[in-house]
Amino acid sequence: MPKFTLNGRAVEAAEGQTILDVARDQGFYIPSLCYHPKVGQSGMCRVCAVEVEGARGLVMSCITPVTEGMVVTTESPRLLEVRRTIVDMLLSEGEHDCLACEMCGECELQDAAYRLGIERASMVMDKPSLEVDASHPMLVRNPNRCIHCYRCIKGCNNTVVNEVLDMGYRGIQSLVVADQNVPLAESSCVSCGECVQLCPTGALIGKKSIGTGRVWNLEKVRTTCPYCGVGCQMWLHVDRARNRVVKVTGDEEGAPNQGMLCVKGRFGFDFPASDKRLTMPLIRKNGVHEPVSWEEALDFTAQRLKEIREQYGADTISAISSSRDVNENNYAAMKFMRAVIGTNNIDNCART
Amino acid sequence: MTNSIREIEDARLLFVIGSNTTEAHPVISYYMKRAVKKGATLIVCDPRRIDLVRWATHHVQHRVGTDVALLNGLMNEIIARGWADKTFIEQHTENYEELARMVAAYPLERAAEITGVDAGQLREIARIIATTKPMGLYYTLGITEHTCGTDNVMTCANLQMLLGNMGRPSTGVNPLRGQNNVQGACDMGSLPNIYQNYQRVDNPAVIEKFKKGWKVDRLPEKPGLTIPDMFSGMLDGRTRAFICHGENVVMSEPNEAHTIRCLEALDFLVVLDIFPNQTTPYADVIFPCACWSEQDGTFTNTERRVQRVRKVVEPPGESREAWWIYAELARRLGYDMEFESAHEVWEDMRRLGTGYAGITWERIEERGIQWPAPTTRHPGTAYLHKDGNFARGKGKFMPADWRPPAETPDEEYPFTLSTGRRLWHYHTGTQTRNCVGFNELFGEELVEVSPQDARDLKIRDGDYVWVVSRRGRVKMKAWVTERSPKGVLWSSFHFHEAHINVVTNNAFDPVTQTAEYKACAARLEKA
Ligand code: SF4
Ligand code: SF4
Repeated sequence: MPKFTLNGRAVEAAEGQTILDVARDQGFYIPSLCYHPKVGQSGMCRVCAVEVEGARGLVMSCITPVTEGMVVTTESPRLLEVRRTIVDMLLSEGEHDCLACEMCGECELQDAAYRLGIERASMVMDKPSLEVDASHPMLVRNPNRCIHCYRCIKGCNNTVVNEVLDMGYRGIQSLVVADQNVPLAESSCVSCGECVQLCPTGALIGKKSIGTGRVWNLEKVRTTCPYCGVGCQMWLHVDRARNRVVKVTGDEEGAPNQGMLCVKGRFGFDFPASDKRLTMPLIRKNGVHEPVSWEEALDFTAQRLKEIREQYGADTISAISSSRDVNENNYAAMKFMRAVIGTNNIDNCART
Repeated sequence: MTNSIREIEDARLLFVIGSNTTEAHPVISYYMKRAVKKGATLIVCDPRRIDLVRWATHHVQHRVGTDVALLNGLMNEIIARGWADKTFIEQHTENYEELARMVAAYPLERAAEITGVDAGQLREIARIIATTKPMGLYYTLGITEHTCGTDNVMTCANLQMLLGNMGRPSTGVNPLRGQNNVQGACDMGSLPNIYQNYQRVDNPAVIEKFKKGWKVDRLPEKPGLTIPDMFSGMLDGRTRAFICHGENVVMSEPNEAHTIRCLEALDFLVVLDIFPNQTTPYADVIFPCACWSEQDGTFTNTERRVQRVRKVVEPPGESREAWWIYAELARRLGYDMEFESAHEVWEDMRRLGTGYAGITWERIEERGIQWPAPTTRHPGTAYLHKDGNFARGKGKFMPADWRPPAETPDEEYPFTLSTGRRLWHYHTGTQTRNCVGFNELFGEELVEVSPQDARDLKIRDGDYVWVVSRRGRVKMKAWVTERSPKGVLWSSFHFHEAHINVVTNNAFDPVTQTAEYKACAARLEKA
């Protein structure tokens, strides 16, 4: 457990912990654009630079473990200048039109610029716009907002191991590409959206959420995925005023999935809002289903069940409940059949 | 699952059989592939060249429905070479002699002949699995959806006990449950022979407990009917009324024509659901239900983790939660269910529960808990049978003999048709097909056929064909692909327009009553 000095404060770190992690735990803001806990250390973007007494030059806090007796400064005029230069450069190189960008308010580049007091890029680079790839039904890739942090590439290859994304070309031309540089829709991408979740800017976004609400208009609520048995933990981004879920993100702390999801969990959130839903109780009258009140539907059903039980016995009534529905509804179904109808004829589709 | 999802990443050997993991359980496949990246060996046993094979170190391409012969063959070799875990067998298991006698009938040459796998490869696989530990075994419906499903499951367990791969991290027999809450529905007692948490309906002490707990004078004492028996009962008057809650049976049951005939014979059909579907036309009453994101509650995942599901939006129109519907019906039949919210339902369940008794909503507010957690202090259980201590004392070997599927190819129907799920859709499609974008990702059902068979039948990729069985015929587009081996067709049941359960076989495993969705005889005709 190394002890060290952080901005004049005596602090103890866990073995192997990086300066960045400890500083963040202690409440100091250090921007980091390439580093993300999930994809591991990086040390590429250099905005997380700090000063360490006795070190030659600046130290990248995301890749440097704390050692005994270190004296670290995370904010100084020199550091701010360095960070400003880097962020200014990134802003200048790309097309960071925050007004239109889906990520406005949650963008880590925008946050860094704001914290560093940068109003706009100081230079305008004479660079042609790169083509936006909107070929895919779920994802939009805008290379003009890419800051080459490699998070998406590492996520796609090491986290979810779908092995689709890579850095194509070299140097200033470098570009994130799918497979052999084909449009996403034609690639082997499985639409898991891990790259979207990791992208610090608006270079990779979920198509279905575009224009559906800014982060400050949405409420975040944790829930469990309604599809397969993995039970991934996720955040629903809810527009209360419109009574709609507009986006899903993975819960990075979730036990089964650590923030990862698949296409169904991440993008299959809008079936409840379909206009094809059943909305009224229906009873078949003269061969057609007619909307009725709950009172009528419940009275009629209870009456028929009672008649059938009296005439033929409880065991001629059977029920199946749903392995897609919540535990509570399954329990209610089985209690109803056993305690009320008086039969054990209850099953679910687990066997089929 | 006996073990947990997060342990997968640390297994040194993954034995995946009958699981199309990248499509059916994508996030579990990510952990498997991560394990491979860390140096684990991945053995995929599957008749088809599924996507996971891309990451596999070995692909065992056995014939559809020959799992028991495959595993018995491997066990034969393991025993013959003296590779079985003798200490584990002695201390933690019984009936080993029976197993040894059974698998003695499966020398590698015979196993090779039945499975179509080269004996040399079988020998190699036996050596790897006997010498690399820990090994986790993972299976899905490819193991259970057979008339010999129970035998398949037992044989998987036999292999893991023989190797001593039980009761430790990254080992175990791990069924990956298909749907979000299959595990939970079973745990809740939505089965004909048990109350919640597997308390048997024919145990007098349990009956007494529930009579008191539920304040009723009597409770039925004989196990009830399983789904296939409920349906066959509709044809001869043993089943008169049927409550169908959240299950589009016309599409999800095998042999669609039979299902419809059954429903039409009913006196009274009640459907609780969220969309009009292929089953609702036969209903006398339809109750509109609240769905995911519109109601509070819990799901239990495949590793037994009980997790919260939350209401964030109002259900459409007059739809209500299913528990409310049951409580209202009960009141009209003179019984008070004693709950007025989902949370009260949970408390009612927990009060009479065992393995769930310690899991309160408060405790799982942030993070789920894996049952068994019998008291509110119990931390939950990451893996079962710790250190080889089985719930029933000793683990019993249940040897099984191989038998072929109920229907095998012949001259008239020369193909084996197998079915399953695709990455892009879910179950009968009511959810994914009502979401924006999914129909662009995958918009039409396909039948997968091998290039060789396609050539022989002069079928090109994208041609329409008829898939024909003894039960019916369905027209769909052909996908000529190396995923299918010669002689095997494959399709899914997500699309009602091209619905494979028109042709599947309603033959069932005698114990679990699970249908043989994974194998029936079929032929292809040009459309
Ligand atoms: S969506 Fe998933 S598979 Fe597709 S590129 Fe992104 S990370 Fe890779
Ligand atoms: S996100 Fe995908 S893998 Fe996770 S529970 Fe949902 S369907 Fe399963």
